[in-house]
Amino acid sequence: MSVDLNTLKTPGPTITALTAPFWDAAAEGRLTIQRCEDCGKAVFYPRPICPHCWGRRLVWKDASGRGRLKSFSEVHKPGHPGWLPAAPYVVGLVELAEGPTMLSFILPGTQSLHIGAMLLLSPTAIGGRILPAFKPVEP
Amino acid sequence: MSRSKGAIAGIGELKPQRLTQGVTTLEMIAEVSRLAVLDAGLEPAAIDGLLVGPQVGETPQHVPATIAEYLGLAPTMANVVDLGGASGAGMVWRAAAAIEAGMCETVLCVLANNREEAAPRSPNRNPIREFDVPFGASGANISYALLMQAHMAEYGSTARDFAMIAAAARANAQLNPDAIFFGKPADVEAVLASPMIASPLHLLEIVMPVAGGEAVVVTSAGRARSLRKPPVHLLGAGEKVTHRAVSQAPSLTSGPLKSAMARAFRQSGTHADEMDLLSLYDCYTIMVATTIKDAGLCAPGQFGAWLNDHDLSHKGDKPLNTHGGQLGFGQPDLAGGMTHVVEAVRQLRGEAGERQIGKAGLALVTGNGATMSEATALVLGAA
Repeated sequence: MSVDLNTLKTPGPTITALTAPFWDAAAEGRLTIQRCEDCGKAVFYPRPICPHCWGRRLVWKDASGRGRLKSFSEVHKPGHPGWLPAAPYVVGLVELAEGPTMLSFILPGTQSLHIGAMLLLSPTAIGGRILPAFKPVEP
Repeated sequence: MSRSKGAIAGIGELKPQRLTQGVTTLEMIAEVSRLAVLDAGLEPAAIDGLLVGPQVGETPQHVPATIAEYLGLAPTMANVVDLGGASGAGMVWRAAAAIEAGMCETVLCVLANNREEAAPRSPNRNPIREFDVPFGASGANISYALLMQAHMAEYGSTARDFAMIAAAARANAQLNPDAIFFGKPADVEAVLASPMIASPLHLLEIVMPVAGGEAVVVTSAGRARSLRKPPVHLLGAGEKVTHRAVSQAPSLTSGPLKSAMARAFRQSGTHADEMDLLSLYDCYTIMVATTIKDAGLCAPGQFGAWLNDHDLSHKGDKPLNTHGGQLGFGQPDLAGGMTHVVEAVRQLRGEAGERQIGKAGLALVTGNGATMSEATALVLGAA
C-alpha cells in the first residue's frame, strides 16, 4: 500500500442529522461515541435509543481511542472499485476500550498483525475525508 | 419422534446459469413454481398460500401481490420472507405454521433471480453503508474473512482444514450435472492455490453467484399423503436472528444457528448424530466449519479432524451437501438457501439418482443470512 489514501475515490459515509456528531468529530481527528445515561453503556453505531435498555438519554462522549483487535483481513480484491489502488490493505474489528466494536481501517505497523493486538486511534485522510482509523501499538 | 408439522409435497429447481439476458425474475419465478406444483401433482388452484423473497427487481413493493397476479393465484395467505440465505428454510417453517393456524392449506414457497451483465450498485442507506463501507469493507467476502480469521486464532484451525470443505463440495458436485462446477473438480491444493480475496479467504472458498430458481410446495401431512410423491415431513424447526453487521455479532466463532438447531432437534426429538444427510448452508467454507461445531457434531476447533474422520460423499457415513452445496452448485442469490431444502427432499424421497444416499430417514437443513446473522434450521423426515 503505497498509494496516497486521500486521493482514493472511495464511497464516503451517508450522514444523517443523528450521526453528524460522529462524523464532525472524525473530521477533527476525534472519535466520539454515544453513552447511555440510563444504563451507563457505550453505544456504537449511533442510534436514537440505547440498544441495551431502550433509554433515550444518549450523550456524546469522546472515546479513549484505545482498542483491541478482534479480527482482521488483508483485502486483496476490494468490494468497491474505489479501493482497488490501495489493495492490499487491512480492515479490522476494533473492540473499543469503552465496550462496543467498530469496523475500521488498520494502518500498517512494523510487525505482523495478530488478533488481540492493542490499537490506538490514528485519524487518517482517506478518500478526501478524515476517518477514525487505528494503528497497532508498538511494544 | 414428534409428529409431522406439515410436509413438503413438491419441489422445483432451475439449472443455474452464470448470466441471463432479457429474462425477468418474475418469469423465472413462474417457471420454477410450475415445476414444483407439477411435481406435487397439484392444480395451481390448490395453492392458497404464497411465500416469496424480497428481491424482485421489477417491483420493490407489493411483491406477493405482483407474484400472485403473475401466477394467477388468489392466496388466502401471502408474505415476503426476508432472511437472506435463511429465507428458504424460513419459508418452510412459516408455511407449516400458517397451515396449522388455518390461514391456508397448501403453500408455494418460491425464490428466483435473474442475473444481468451490468447490475446497478445497490442504493443502500443503512448502518453498514455508513459505518463499514467508508473504511474499505464492502461486501460479504470481507465479513466472512473476519469470521474465518477469528476462528483460526481461537481454535488453531488451518487454511487446509477450510479448503477440505470446498474440495468436498466440488467432489459432490461431480454427481450433479446441473451444478455450475459439474466437470470441474477442485482438490485441496487447487483451493489453496486459488487467489487470495480477503485473507484468509481464497477464491474457491466463496460461492459463485448464478441465476436460478427454487420452489417447494408445503401442505398438511394429511393432504400430502394423498398426493403424487411421498411426503417429506417437517419434524422440527428453529430460528434466530442476532445482528446484521459483522461488527455487531455477539460472537465471531459461534452463530445463531446454534440455538436454531438446538430447537429443531428438541422439537423433533432427534440429535445431530442421527442425521442421515447434512444439508448445511455453505456460502463460505467458514460457515460449514462453524455449523458443524454449533450442531454438536464435533468439539470446538475440531472440524478439521472431523472432516478427516468422515466420508462426506453420498456413499459416506456423513453425507454433506450431496448436490454439491452452493460451493459446488452455484449460489442463485436467495434461492441458494433453498437448494439445501430441495436436495434434502430428493434424498428423503429416494429420488437422488446416482448420488442417492443409503439410509435416508432424517435430514438437517440449515439456512444462514447476512454475516452469520439470520439462521433457520429444519429437521426433515422421510415418509
